[in-house]
Amino acid sequence: MAVNFVRPIIPKLAKDPWAIQFDSQGHLKHLLTIEGLGPTWITRILDTAEGFMSVTDREIKKVPLLRGRTVVNLFFESSTRTRTTFELAAKRLSADVLNINLSTSATTKGESLLDTLRNIEAMQADMFVVRHDQSGAAHFIARHVAPHVSVLNAGDGWHAHPTQALLDAFTIRRIKGDFAPLRIAIVGDIKHSRVARSQIHAFNSLNVGELRVIGPRTLIPNDIEPLGVRVFHDMKSGLKDVDVIIMLRLQRERMESGLLPTEQEFYRLYGLTEEKLRWAKPDAIVMHPGPANRGVEIESRVADGPQSVILEQVSNGIGVRMAVMALCMSASTDS
Amino acid sequence: MIQNPPNLGIDLDPVRHPEGCRPGFDCDTWLIRGARVLDPASGQDQVADVYLANGKIVGIGAKPEHFPAQDVRTISADGQWLIPGVIDGWARLREPGLEHKATIATETLAAVSGGITTLCMPPDTDPVLDTIAVARFIKRRAQLAGRARVVAIGAMTQGLKGELLAEMAELTEGGCVGITNAHYPVKDLRLLRRALEYAATFDIQVIVQPLDPSLGKRGCAHEGVIATRLGLPGIPVSAETAPLAQMLAVLPETGARIHVNNISSRAALRLVEQAKADGLPITASVSAHQLWLSEMDTDALCGSTHVLPPLRSLRDRDALREGLAAGIIDCVISDHQPHESDGKLAPFPETEPGISGLDTLLPLMLKLADDGVITLDRALDALTRRPADLFGLHDSGRIEIGARADLALVDPDSFWTLDDTTMRSAGRDTPFFGWDFRHEVQSTWVNGKKVFWRGSTPDAP
Repeated sequence: MAVNFVRPIIPKLAKDPWAIQFDSQGHLKHLLTIEGLGPTWITRILDTAEGFMSVTDREIKKVPLLRGRTVVNLFFESSTRTRTTFELAAKRLSADVLNINLSTSATTKGESLLDTLRNIEAMQADMFVVRHDQSGAAHFIARHVAPHVSVLNAGDGWHAHPTQALLDAFTIRRIKGDFAPLRIAIVGDIKHSRVARSQIHAFNSLNVGELRVIGPRTLIPNDIEPLGVRVFHDMKSGLKDVDVIIMLRLQRERMESGLLPTEQEFYRLYGLTEEKLRWAKPDAIVMHPGPANRGVEIESRVADGPQSVILEQVSNGIGVRMAVMALCMSASTDS
Repeated sequence: MIQNPPNLGIDLDPVRHPEGCRPGFDCDTWLIRGARVLDPASGQDQVADVYLANGKIVGIGAKPEHFPAQDVRTISADGQWLIPGVIDGWARLREPGLEHKATIATETLAAVSGGITTLCMPPDTDPVLDTIAVARFIKRRAQLAGRARVVAIGAMTQGLKGELLAEMAELTEGGCVGITNAHYPVKDLRLLRRALEYAATFDIQVIVQPLDPSLGKRGCAHEGVIATRLGLPGIPVSAETAPLAQMLAVLPETGARIHVNNISSRAALRLVEQAKADGLPITASVSAHQLWLSEMDTDALCGSTHVLPPLRSLRDRDALREGLAAGIIDCVISDHQPHESDGKLAPFPETEPGISGLDTLLPLMLKLADDGVITLDRALDALTRRPADLFGLHDSGRIEIGARADLALVDPDSFWTLDDTTMRSAGRDTPFFGWDFRHEVQSTWVNGKKVFWRGSTPDAP
């Protein structure tokens, strides 16, 4: 079936926040958001990642690209999976890696984010991988780091998680090929999801056929259509003719803050079960940025089933993060 | 010989303060010659000489009979505009309690350099302005600073906690021009109703800042397309309209008059318009930055556009402009909230809300008139006569014989840019950095005393 989705126009801001990602020569210096990258840079990152995937299959899984460089994982919010894949990516590029978990450290003692940054910068870091619970934190850090330092956003508040969106695009491209004929549905808590926002920008840049978001009104933010999505509140119509289903993690605090009544009701309406999966195309793939809540947003049989590509996403994440690190660091070297 | 400081033209002599002028002794005698006198209160727009003595305007046009022949300081003001000193209805000067951000001395300097001669200060200080002692402290500090007049707005509830009524009558007797709970919620509607009733007993002006804390919880930007895109927690328009609607529901039962401060949305404007049409005693104000900026100006990189209420949609901004032109909105305020540099050095949601607005209040309004959005008369009216009437400052905000000599001389063809060198507030945070303006304040008088002039040349007596 042909896709005939009309993409709305994203309103422009007076100051576009993504310009800071590029150095004076137009090279990618930081990766803070997918916005402003455009299809050329996204495709370049995905192509570079393709090259790095072969490194994973070698006996010695290392290339000397970042030898002598120091990558600091600055995590103001706990995350095992994302931090580990960034760490592995940096190590496979032969960088020295420092993991700093700040959620229970300096900032809780009253130190400002900028002071923390300055102190770690004094340790001669070349790249910061930043996760923070406030939107815009990675931008803020990128504005204040020394000129030679690159910043990668590993998730900031509700704003962006660009490498997750890139690895999802990479996974889809490997399985489905061209994006233009695809219908993609993102299901669950769109409102609080940095992953969803980055995916929306990435898939629209790659000119995906149609992009849908599915969820109750409490979890779909106002005015999301201008970002280039169609909104559905029921799974049956939302999943119809869909090629890719991306399930998002649901946090228990959403119940406590009155956005949802119970996990059970959410699962009944929006949890991806084998039965609901049949509403999509027969060859639809199922994705999840992890960690998945089985029995809340996804049924175990679907998460582990033949249409699930969740573990491939994890493997691909290392290659994509290696690609981003290599490209950003080459800009630093050039400048 | 009159001593003049070499740089900013600020008289540092604490004895010669505007509030403490003794008739015929401390204040100067001035002849402002040949300025275009603009005064919405009296409808004046004429080139005339203006005579000041004993802190008052004593003559316009013809020389008054008893005006002294000697020791008159004369200023030639050809081609310049003489306007009533601006009355800013809502400016936080940070003292007492937050002197690391700004002080009454620093901010009154910024005020007079921007043509503002009276500042109304809300009670969210530390300690809260809920006793006459704090009101007196603020007045004394302003006197010592010797620049603009600072009038206090007292707390509606003790400690602004929204639980027990403050001593409103005493606060008013102590010089407070109104009472408010700022943006702090009152515990319940019954208490709010009683606060309005109690205020009405003494005919105290009540200033309300409608913002529901639960609807706007954790929010930092207008709930709309930009907040959605940037992943910023939103503050819906209903956070403003819901408490306003509640307030309007109880208002007719209380006998109080309320001033809705700093409205930000089209929907709130409609509520005010309807209430006015229904004959309720209600007035409204908007901040100058809300008339120029919208959510599209939200800068996710830094907090210079993080304000409360948030910058709303373009549609809201345009409605506010129309509401001002039509007179539904009575006054324009600076909503001045200076911060130390650290206050804004954080990711957008973690920055402290508020910007420094004193330097740009009058320039933004004159720019609005230049652009034909409102008339010059309406622009000045919203900054002078209306706030004067609202806060009971009946001898201010006008150029009339017998009125306080609070005046500003503006050069309409002096172009300037807001930057680090021209900004005077201790808080340096404003989204208008780099903006070009046409009108520049050249001199400001408060109570007949010249408290600011540009350049270093003193005006000879």
